[in-house]
Amino acid sequence: MSSSDLKFAKSHEWAKLDGDVVTIGISKFAVNLLTDLVYIELPAVGDSVSSGVSIGEIESVKAVSDIYSSVTGEIVEINDSLEEDLGALTEDPYGKGWIVKIKIADPSELDQLMDQKAYDELCQSEAH
Amino acid sequence: MRNQQATQLIFELSVPGRRAAIYPKCDVPVDSVKELIPSGFLSEKPPALPEVTEPDVVRHYVNLSTLNMSVDTHFYPLGSCTMKYNPKRHERICNFPGLVDIHPYQKEENIQGILGILFEMQEMLAEIAGLPSVSLQPAAGAQGEFTALLTAAAYFRDHGQNRTKVIFPSSAHGTNPASAALAGFDCIQLKQTGNGLVDLEELKSHLNQETAVFMITNPNTLGMFEKDIATISKMLHDVGGLVYIDGANMNAIMGQTRPGDFGGDMMHYNVHKTFTGPHGAGGPGAGPIAVRDFLADYLPGPVITKTEDDDGNDYYQLTNPVKSIGRVRSFFGNVGILLRGYLYLRTLGAKGVKEASEQAVLNANYIKALLKDILPVPNGDLCMHEFVASAADVQKKNGISAMDIAKRLLDFGFHAPTVYFPLDVPEALMIEPTETESRETLDAFAESIKQILSEDSEYLHDAPYSTPVSRPDEVKAARKPVLKWTEPGK
Repeated sequence: MSSSDLKFAKSHEWAKLDGDVVTIGISKFAVNLLTDLVYIELPAVGDSVSSGVSIGEIESVKAVSDIYSSVTGEIVEINDSLEEDLGALTEDPYGKGWIVKIKIADPSELDQLMDQKAYDELCQSEAH
Repeated sequence: MRNQQATQLIFELSVPGRRAAIYPKCDVPVDSVKELIPSGFLSEKPPALPEVTEPDVVRHYVNLSTLNMSVDTHFYPLGSCTMKYNPKRHERICNFPGLVDIHPYQKEENIQGILGILFEMQEMLAEIAGLPSVSLQPAAGAQGEFTALLTAAAYFRDHGQNRTKVIFPSSAHGTNPASAALAGFDCIQLKQTGNGLVDLEELKSHLNQETAVFMITNPNTLGMFEKDIATISKMLHDVGGLVYIDGANMNAIMGQTRPGDFGGDMMHYNVHKTFTGPHGAGGPGAGPIAVRDFLADYLPGPVITKTEDDDGNDYYQLTNPVKSIGRVRSFFGNVGILLRGYLYLRTLGAKGVKEASEQAVLNANYIKALLKDILPVPNGDLCMHEFVASAADVQKKNGISAMDIAKRLLDFGFHAPTVYFPLDVPEALMIEPTETESRETLDAFAESIKQILSEDSEYLHDAPYSTPVSRPDEVKAARKPVLKWTEPGK
């Protein structure tokens, strides 16, 4: 999957729309910042989530960070293989490292998110 | 082969049949264990205890102890931890029989000495806080936070107010939101700001009738004094909320200003940090809290009060605040640490306490000035008792991370500073020298950092070189920790 199909949130999650399901993961920039990953806490399938609200946590040797949903809807699938092995997040954050799939009601929510170019600029400014 | 008596486990030194002492045969009749204990409770085989000689035991533990890095052996600039030197006089006095050979279940009139000391400690902590009522019970800072929040919750409940929100800045210690959540509040974290201080406009946007407490560390974890603290306190009080001062950084302001004077309603101390106590590796701590008069009735009990006996002498007694939230720890808290804090305060006196905080701030600014060209400090020109430098530039240019610097410092004979906290600063190195260090030590530390930054980054990635374990696999250590020894083949 090329990262050019993706939309990005300020809090470093990516989102990709496919029909009425949005796949969410965290960006390569965020994975690099977190360094060595230790644990992930995922939501349950069937959970209702809303945009901007935490749906889980990711812990690295440095810190614990929230994972935020960029959309409103219902969790339809979680990547529970990550609970055993977080390697996919580091090696393939935009593919095998996806985190959750959310069925959404309003696809226009994704319009609030950044495209790759705007996100790259944000990362550039955060890395100063 | 290198001698491994320190780095091997004592179990690995075991050889069947070896003993430290061989006792003479017993010359009186002995009852067999099997006759004394029902068979159902007897283990089938003896526990696998290490079998070693006395020199094995002594060498193992003495060598192990020399691998320690402690305030007694090394400069220990661990930011946010106030690793000041602990005077040995305190240890000697704390071992006086009158303090050691007593028990909290003794009758009040027989332990007037220690009750008197603890009462005076309450008074001194109230004076330094500018807040009149003290509970000595909490066993550490985080428990102090939790206790104060329960106290606040009891106060609000008693006044028929349903206040559910606790607010804290992004630079707060992680214990603040943890304590608030555990005490049943919802947490609101303020956004990170450019200058490292609380943004009053943002704070204002969160304040309303649901606001319970604003928790703030002052100076904050970036080592900066929240200069708007009086305004912040007023904003909280205007909506009926309370201000909690996290006392982690009291070493910067003790004797200079008081939380109660700048609007705080509750605070905790870390006696083991600010007022000395041999802490590290999780304890022991003492986290007493001080609160305003209107919160006193809700404090944990018992507290120590002073009256007079029939002859007009001072008499100390235990009383329970009338609407007390109950006990948060047995008896009077960690008395051993409170006692060391008491001795520290009595030794220094009011003037000495003030000089100590001045010296702590001076030492931090001195190191900061020595390092500012190579490890920039993103926030502020002057710091309080600590500062947070960033290795982001050297990482970009030379590939040297904060972790590389921290690990390599061990080879130079220095304990590492706190790294990667607070999260607001990329590649953070949080340095707190405390007042007990000489200029020579501070110079040597800064010189070592300069040298480390001139070293090859590849070489640094494998540091330290002088310790038995170099870089542990931190992911594996967190995910699959090996916490107990297993007999080979089991």
